[in-house]
Amino acid sequence: MKVKEPFFWVNISCGIIIMVFILLPLLEMLTAPSLSMVKETIKDKDVVRSIWLSIYTAGLAALFSFIFGTPLAYILARTNFVGKRLVESIVDLPIVIPHPVVGIAILSVAGKNHWIGEIFSDVGIRIMGSVTGIVVVLTFVGLPFYVNAVKSGFENISPRLENVSRSLGASMTSTFFRITFPLAWRSILIGIIMCSARAISEFGAVVVVAYHPMIAPVLIYERYEAYGLSYSQPVAVWLVSICLILFLVLRILTLRKGKSS
Amino acid sequence: MIEVKELFVELGDFRLDNINVAINKNEFFVLMGPTGAGKTVLLEVIAGLIPVRKGYISIGGKNATTLPPEKRGVGIVYQDYCLFPHMTVKENINFGLHYNKIKKGIAKDRFKRLVQNLNLGHLLNRLPTNLSGGENQRVSLARALMIEPLVLLLDEPLSALDHRFREEIREDLKKLHRDSDTTFLMVTHDFAEAISLADRVAVMNEGRIEQTGTTEEIFRKPCSTFVADFVGMKNLFAVKFCGTEARINYLTIDVGYSPPEGCSYIAVRPEDIVLSLKKLDSSMRNAFSGTIKGLIDRGFYYEVWIESAETIFKATITKRSLFELALSEGMNVFFSFKSTALHLF
Repeated sequence: MKVKEPFFWVNISCGIIIMVFILLPLLEMLTAPSLSMVKETIKDKDVVRSIWLSIYTAGLAALFSFIFGTPLAYILARTNFVGKRLVESIVDLPIVIPHPVVGIAILSVAGKNHWIGEIFSDVGIRIMGSVTGIVVVLTFVGLPFYVNAVKSGFENISPRLENVSRSLGASMTSTFFRITFPLAWRSILIGIIMCSARAISEFGAVVVVAYHPMIAPVLIYERYEAYGLSYSQPVAVWLVSICLILFLVLRILTLRKGKSS
Repeated sequence: MIEVKELFVELGDFRLDNINVAINKNEFFVLMGPTGAGKTVLLEVIAGLIPVRKGYISIGGKNATTLPPEKRGVGIVYQDYCLFPHMTVKENINFGLHYNKIKKGIAKDRFKRLVQNLNLGHLLNRLPTNLSGGENQRVSLARALMIEPLVLLLDEPLSALDHRFREEIREDLKKLHRDSDTTFLMVTHDFAEAISLADRVAVMNEGRIEQTGTTEEIFRKPCSTFVADFVGMKNLFAVKFCGTEARINYLTIDVGYSPPEGCSYIAVRPEDIVLSLKKLDSSMRNAFSGTIKGLIDRGFYYEVWIESAETIFKATITKRSLFELALSEGMNVFFSFKSTALHLF
């Protein structure tokens, strides 16, 4: 690209505008509350409880995605079948559905008017207004991010490595656990990060299914509604910082793993 | 050892059509053909990695048509080595031991022998990413042979290597084949590899086998125009080397250098042979006279068959030069070629 052409300057300016657009509001929010306010906030038991709830429900959503999503991602990466495109679009559906609609859709299955909801209530599982409900919702919205990340991870591993392993006498299962899984581990961790990041940020679907117990985004919203901006900001600061640190740690761990293999 | 009968395979738009091959025990068999001929597909079908639509495959006398790959006793060596990148060289070589019942003592001896033969001793604790192409391919050979498979399948094992390593691995392959009971089945598009390694060859084209036979049969008596064109090098002669010279009957051909050990063939491409009516006064040391035995119209050019010392040499010539030289059958002509145009096998 020639430096003097207007084309170059248009590209650069657009890039700068986007950087500012993303970073300015975030920085503004992070620096707005005073340090003492921030310190005060973390002593509030409701805040701590909600942030902890957010993190571990998101973690559980990632765990369920890992358990159920990994085999699906493997099938999608390795095989061609009629209707594969359809299955892939279904996996992507939770991304495009408006969030409150997700909550309502889940309630229509888990509510008492549906036989599944009836079975749930018979065995004592409550979706509405419970931690279980939150985890269900977060898994629903996070799953596509996990499956897509891991699918592309599997696709990057040559099937020939698996062929060789099988020719050496390893069954499909042993091949998966000794070759494919260790090589895909890094994209699996990235999938987990993507999935839990998406889950932690969910608000619309959760608020429909479970206003209480309160996850952090709901608490932030409630504080904003009831007391105004300056009361919600410190909670947001804590949520954002804790999440960033967690993801950073995970990211560093994956980078190390990536180097050694 | 391997028997393939009336095999049909469909893979998307590609198909293998009525494949029949029988490969003997401890034979070095080479599948040749242009890109897209289906060589690798056939290899993977024999390995059990691609399902068969119709037909029969037996390996070591056992029906293997529907056996999963891990039960067939075949090893695979790919062009791109396919070493497990998260394991050291040693772990790679020993990978198969977990799944095959091999006595510890035997496994240890075999490991030692392979490591020594393939000169891998100094690499055992390294990761594959830090190895050269030749080293990678040697590890991949050791890994496959560690479980002493009935059949070793080699998918263009030399083509990703640069020239220096290629010679080296070719020699390794020869040695490994000589020292083991394993049957070798190799896919390649390179004649030089086929001639120097193969006991027998099959030429494939568009999912079918065009011809099966010894290398010499394929080169001397191609059964179809495809094989003839594909093989290209029509002048292939068994010779006796003597210093830097090669002898066919009473013809002495100057090779220009001492041939590497184990060579017993020379080949010249027809287009490298120059025809003339008088003896050429040029730098070409190999100039002989012979009688024209045939003129064959090949469309854009003519093929001229010249007999000399009871041997037929084939040269190609454009239509224009054919008329200019006014060649006809029974004429005496001179033919010459440079020693650098010679291929030694």
